[in-house]
Amino acid sequence: MSETYQNINLPAGSIEKTTTTLNLGPTHPATHGVFQNIIELDGEKILAAESTVGYIHRAFEKIAERRTLYQITPLTDRLNYCSSPLNNMGWHLTCEKLLGVDIPKRVDYLRVIIMELARIADHLICNSIVGVDSGAYTGFLYVMQYRELIYEIYEEVCGARLTTNIGRIGGFERDFNNIAFEKIEKFLKEYPKILREFENLFTRNRIFMERTIGAGPISAERALNYGFTGPNLRAAGVDYDVRVVSPYSSYEEFDFDVPVGTTGDCYDRYLVRNNEMWQSLRIIEQAMQKIGNLKGKDATIYHAENPEYYLPPKQDVYTKIEELIWHFKIIMGEINMPVGELYHSIEAANGELGFYFISDGGRTPYRLHFRRPCFIYYQAYEELVKGGLLSDAIIVMSSLNLIAGEMDA
Amino acid sequence: MAVFKGQFYIIMALSSELIQQKLTEKFGEQVSSFEEQYGILSFRADKEINLKVLGFLSQDEALGFIFLTDLCAVHYPDNKGEELAVVYHMHNIKENVRVRFKVFTDIQKPDVFTATGLFSTANWMERETYDFYGVNFVGHPNLKRIMNVDEMDYFPQRKEYPLEDQSRIDKDDEMFGRGGSSGFGNEKTLEGTIPAYRK
Repeated sequence: MSETYQNINLPAGSIEKTTTTLNLGPTHPATHGVFQNIIELDGEKILAAESTVGYIHRAFEKIAERRTLYQITPLTDRLNYCSSPLNNMGWHLTCEKLLGVDIPKRVDYLRVIIMELARIADHLICNSIVGVDSGAYTGFLYVMQYRELIYEIYEEVCGARLTTNIGRIGGFERDFNNIAFEKIEKFLKEYPKILREFENLFTRNRIFMERTIGAGPISAERALNYGFTGPNLRAAGVDYDVRVVSPYSSYEEFDFDVPVGTTGDCYDRYLVRNNEMWQSLRIIEQAMQKIGNLKGKDATIYHAENPEYYLPPKQDVYTKIEELIWHFKIIMGEINMPVGELYHSIEAANGELGFYFISDGGRTPYRLHFRRPCFIYYQAYEELVKGGLLSDAIIVMSSLNLIAGEMDA
Repeated sequence: MAVFKGQFYIIMALSSELIQQKLTEKFGEQVSSFEEQYGILSFRADKEINLKVLGFLSQDEALGFIFLTDLCAVHYPDNKGEELAVVYHMHNIKENVRVRFKVFTDIQKPDVFTATGLFSTANWMERETYDFYGVNFVGHPNLKRIMNVDEMDYFPQRKEYPLEDQSRIDKDDEMFGRGGSSGFGNEKTLEGTIPAYRK
């Protein structure tokens, strides 16, 4: 063998080396975010993988210790930026739990609509990216315009599109206008057709199936041990959904199924996410119906009565002293919170998004910890890809739906 | 109500009293300060038995807290001798009962046993806790920084590293309305007029 190489100038030891080390990331186009995987390859087979995260760490937990409740909402936007409204609502629900605010039914339903739209947007991105990584770009490009419809609804409700800062403690900053409801109706009418087309493109597509079935499987037991939640855990066969086991925002009133998979591979994850989009549509339809059924004062209410944390109407701020005082107190965060220690979680698009909040009675949290689902299940990556091929490693990464913002906080 | 296909939950009463009773039976004086806040039973345990408590909570058939939801630390600088607390959130996902317990450790010698042997998920959570609070998880397979750079020689989330004071005036930040040659925040022009607490 060595005679073959005698005319080539290779560094000492190169020929003896039988494995290849590959740096995937931090800015590789296939990683869909800033994180690095150092992969040890034997030919095309993965022997070991090591992940490095933290490239966009922004110290949210530390910053939050000096910020008032409303100043923390924009921080939560930047966790999972594919579905910011879910993070915002999770945070506001946590605050409401601490403050003991009673939420009117209509606010719950409006929130459910926004949360499920956000879930659809997130799953849509994830599933179409799985398509991109298996070589089908069409789906991704095609569904983007329907995510646009969702963003237009956000825009109508709160004015922002990506990092939404949507809602307030106790409800929404303003009522949904008619255009917003029309846009939701339009989305409900148009989207099922598109989703069906999207499924036609992928679900029974031979190439897609070959690429995803058996790629990165995980057993239910290992998934639980690794702290998986959300679609990734359900794909492994555990029907754990925070919306069902500990309902918030009146989720107990809605009729929906919890799709589960069996093997926990990329194909099951894809199917679970797709199915959840259908369920989300069902939930939104029911919520619209429930809002339509409300009568009298309940039919127009859009926030709870909590003057200590809900800004008074602007015209009153300009004309009345009491409202002016409250406006300043809220904006400057000069209100002391009750003492308490709580954990609240919601079913975010990636799994259980938890907020561990310690208040010592001051104006800012004493300690705030985010339980970020992405960060927790990414550590299983090595186990998922070991023994597989390099191309599987890419597809596993995208089908786990890793969002660097959420991972690094 | 959501519909479950082919699965039915058996609802048993796993009350806080039962959990507390089982824990005190098993560990006696080593677990204390039981209290229920916002629907979660919390208690503290001695740091020597943190793994035994984790193991008992997850493996006892009646308790069944098989899911480690969260692991993080809190710094209480005024709590002399027990400055750092490691907080575990456990979840019984069948009956939807959560429990939280804390182990306290001295900041001078922050050694706590690692839970990686029981839960694979503890691996990165402990690395993060080490990174920000400097809790040394004894027996951890790969205890190194995860978010911050490896060269960092302090633990940034401890309370002795305060965030910037919003009202500080020593910065020349004229473009952002602070300090500079004229106007608000200039040390020279405001000397003597600043209230003592803002200096």
